[in-house]
Amino acid sequence: MTGNGEAVARGEGAAGRRLRISVLRYNPQDPQSRPHLQTFEVEEAPSMTLFVALNDIRDHQEPSLQFDFVCRAGICGSCAMLINGRPGLACRTLTSSLGERITLAPLPFFELIGDLSVNTGKWMRGMSERLEAWIHASGEVDIARLEERMEPELAEQIYELERCIECGCCLAACGTARMREGFVGAVGLNKIARLRLDPRDRRSDADYYDLIGDDNGVFGCMTLLGCQDVCPKNLDLQTQIAYMRRKMLRAAILPAS
Amino acid sequence: MKVVYTDVLVIGGGLAGLRVAVGVKRRGLDALILSLVPAKRSHSAAAQGGMQASLGNSAMGAGDNEDVHFEDTVRGSDWGADQRVVRMFVNTAPKAVRELAAWGVPWSRVARGDRESVVNAQKITITENDDAHGLITARDFGGTKKWRTCYTSDGTGHTMLYALGDQAIAHGIPVLERQEALSLIHDGGRCHGAVVRDLITGELTAYLARATTIATGGYGRIYKVSTNAIICEGTGIALALETGVAPLGNMEAVQFHPTAIITAGILTTEGCRGDGGVLRDVDGHRFMPDYEPEKKELASRDVVSRRMTEHMRKGKGVPSRYGEHLWLDITGLGRAHIEKNLREVKDICEYFLGIDPVTEWIPVRPTQHYSMGGIRTDHTGQSPTLKGLFSCGEAACWDLHGFNRLGGNSVAETVVAGMLVAEYIADFCESEAGAVSVGSDLVRHFIEREQRRLDELLGRGEGESATELRDRMEAVMMDKVGIFRTGEELESAVSELRELLVRSRNIAVRTGTRGANPELVTAYRVQKMLKIALCVAQGALLRTESRGAHFREDFPQRNDRDWLKRTLATWADEADDLPSIGYEDIDVNAMELPPGFRGYGTRNHVDHPDTETRLAEVEQIVDGLGAADRFRRQEALMEYASLLPEKYRGRNERLLEKLP
Repeated sequence: MTGNGEAVARGEGAAGRRLRISVLRYNPQDPQSRPHLQTFEVEEAPSMTLFVALNDIRDHQEPSLQFDFVCRAGICGSCAMLINGRPGLACRTLTSSLGERITLAPLPFFELIGDLSVNTGKWMRGMSERLEAWIHASGEVDIARLEERMEPELAEQIYELERCIECGCCLAACGTARMREGFVGAVGLNKIARLRLDPRDRRSDADYYDLIGDDNGVFGCMTLLGCQDVCPKNLDLQTQIAYMRRKMLRAAILPAS
Repeated sequence: MKVVYTDVLVIGGGLAGLRVAVGVKRRGLDALILSLVPAKRSHSAAAQGGMQASLGNSAMGAGDNEDVHFEDTVRGSDWGADQRVVRMFVNTAPKAVRELAAWGVPWSRVARGDRESVVNAQKITITENDDAHGLITARDFGGTKKWRTCYTSDGTGHTMLYALGDQAIAHGIPVLERQEALSLIHDGGRCHGAVVRDLITGELTAYLARATTIATGGYGRIYKVSTNAIICEGTGIALALETGVAPLGNMEAVQFHPTAIITAGILTTEGCRGDGGVLRDVDGHRFMPDYEPEKKELASRDVVSRRMTEHMRKGKGVPSRYGEHLWLDITGLGRAHIEKNLREVKDICEYFLGIDPVTEWIPVRPTQHYSMGGIRTDHTGQSPTLKGLFSCGEAACWDLHGFNRLGGNSVAETVVAGMLVAEYIADFCESEAGAVSVGSDLVRHFIEREQRRLDELLGRGEGESATELRDRMEAVMMDKVGIFRTGEELESAVSELRELLVRSRNIAVRTGTRGANPELVTAYRVQKMLKIALCVAQGALLRTESRGAHFREDFPQRNDRDWLKRTLATWADEADDLPSIGYEDIDVNAMELPPGFRGYGTRNHVDHPDTETRLAEVEQIVDGLGAADRFRRQEALMEYASLLPEKYRGRNERLLEKLP
């Protein structure tokens, strides 16, 4: 039984739609440029993703259109944008899952490069530097010898949190980030939660408290859950933030622990 | 004229580039990484399967060591690899895995006791030893005698890239994002850096360095459909080619993976077939047993890809709007297995095809996957002809993979080569040869040349369309320089690519913006990509034999007598419309493992005249050593340890091979 796969591959089921894709365009590099919506008509193809549609527009209609794709497979986090107002990865969004009228806008919160392209990389690097978001080991390891052991379940738990692709959707959907420019967001708090779980990182809760124990960190979160709603990797961000908040509170009250 | 100085300029922010930068920084040098995209978005992130290293921790890997990994890799390469480089690699791979473990990669671990596994569609029970509990485990991959591929669930490349990206940040190494090198600055004998364009502002800057390293990955995107990220266009490799001095090696060696989904060309892992999935044709018929009665769907990648193409040529493909395809059927594996072990495949099917692979077949076809060819380097990663230019990872032809790469050896190469090449670069920088001595006239010459080229593209009112040329190139490569190659088709490919190259000198860009301008980017990249495509096509045309992934229907034998050599392509003059092709002999008499039958595929080759002598010699050496251990035996056959940086020469500890 082949079902839908055959239909998709044969090009059945989605024929005939003419999509009207409106893109919020603005080039901050160009003093003449003003933010405006530009609408493109595209003939829908089966299995068409927004990656395919946007490239089709750029190749055949508007060569100056800016957007970012790298892996086009939902794993690198480059192409987050507002799709009909909701943050998501454009590369893995099938046009068939949307109506005939589609509105695309750049991810808010991040510096705009132009059209749908935003500078998430710069922000993520800054966040990593601020939170010292790397393993703080106790010393050099002799790599010729057997590696340090780790419980298999713990390795899996760390990987679950490590699945974050730094796409920026969580910040685009975050109420706190809207009000507080320095907020590290779910991406930053998840990263600290991941490091805290890892015995190879020798820092204490007091150390983590210094990094996220304020309103730009774990106490800034208003528990609106926007981050969790839009996370393309379905990370359990709210649980991680709540857990970290408890641990950080404890570190503040009992600094010796 | 804007000029930036550093010790080591690294072009490319994937695994290889990051590891080089961290390595030289630890040696006290300044490093600066240029990247088209944020480093953590590099194509390295896409590696799902894992990284080969002979730790031998898990029960199915017991008894594994460097020797077994060495043999697998050389056979996989169809004897095209540099065996000394393979030895350096297999000895360093366990160290690289352990280093990454210390840096935070959450490698999947051995769990003591029994567990169920599926091998060759049969359920079996594997019992793990107590003393291995908590050590790094490994899974099975094609072309390996042992389960050797270390992994992190289904996101190995992602976790490796994040660990290394974080290390680069921890070491304070700047990663300048959205920066594109347009040309190397060199004097014909020494590379001094690169002219770099800011993709946001369009500004050109000269980056001058003692050593310049190209780690920009492969060139899959010269093909219409590729599993590669869209930034893998080979333009980094073209920087070396365009010097006219630095050669590219084995560019015709291009690997095709059997099962990428149609339209998007996204990979579904070999694990689908490893776990019992089958391939079906337009009639729903399982056809692989007709061709490969023994190995069926689990023959090597190149063999399965060739059989699939052969079957589609017989009219058994499934027609679709996006061309013909076949079906990958994993419905027999059941929901529980797919949702646990093939989660990524399920996600890909849902998001990109809108199907559920638990109940529906997946439309797949063989798709360009890996570039064995690249910038030719010696074992230190340095270009043999352009001093100060280094390269490593997929961008380089080091040459670890010869004419076919084994799964799991690619991400392994990135970090291992990064570790080693960083040391050689640091040595180079500390030597007299590493001193900076570049005149401002030379720098100005290159900056002005690049500016002039951009101005020409922007200023030409009428001319060729870059996207049209790109589309045509992709189609030619796909149709005529693919899995099966013939002299006739390759002739026609070369001739059309030449025509496209000539036309590309007359591209006109409609968008006049000097800053962020995707149309301009396509224009100058296509000019470079066409040269790379010509190196692949011309190399394939001239190589009248079949070796590894390079298969000539008109010359189906591997011919060691005439072709046991590495192809070298240079672009002698900017006005040329073809690369100059030369060759470098591979010395049978220096081989630890002389050429023979790979152990899979067809036994069909012409021997090199030296093979018999060397085989006898190897036998004699081994016999003469009597009961010597494997290390002494290896050393007697092919000394390599002195080539390694001193700090990485030591042996690797295993459960069964304790270090003192």
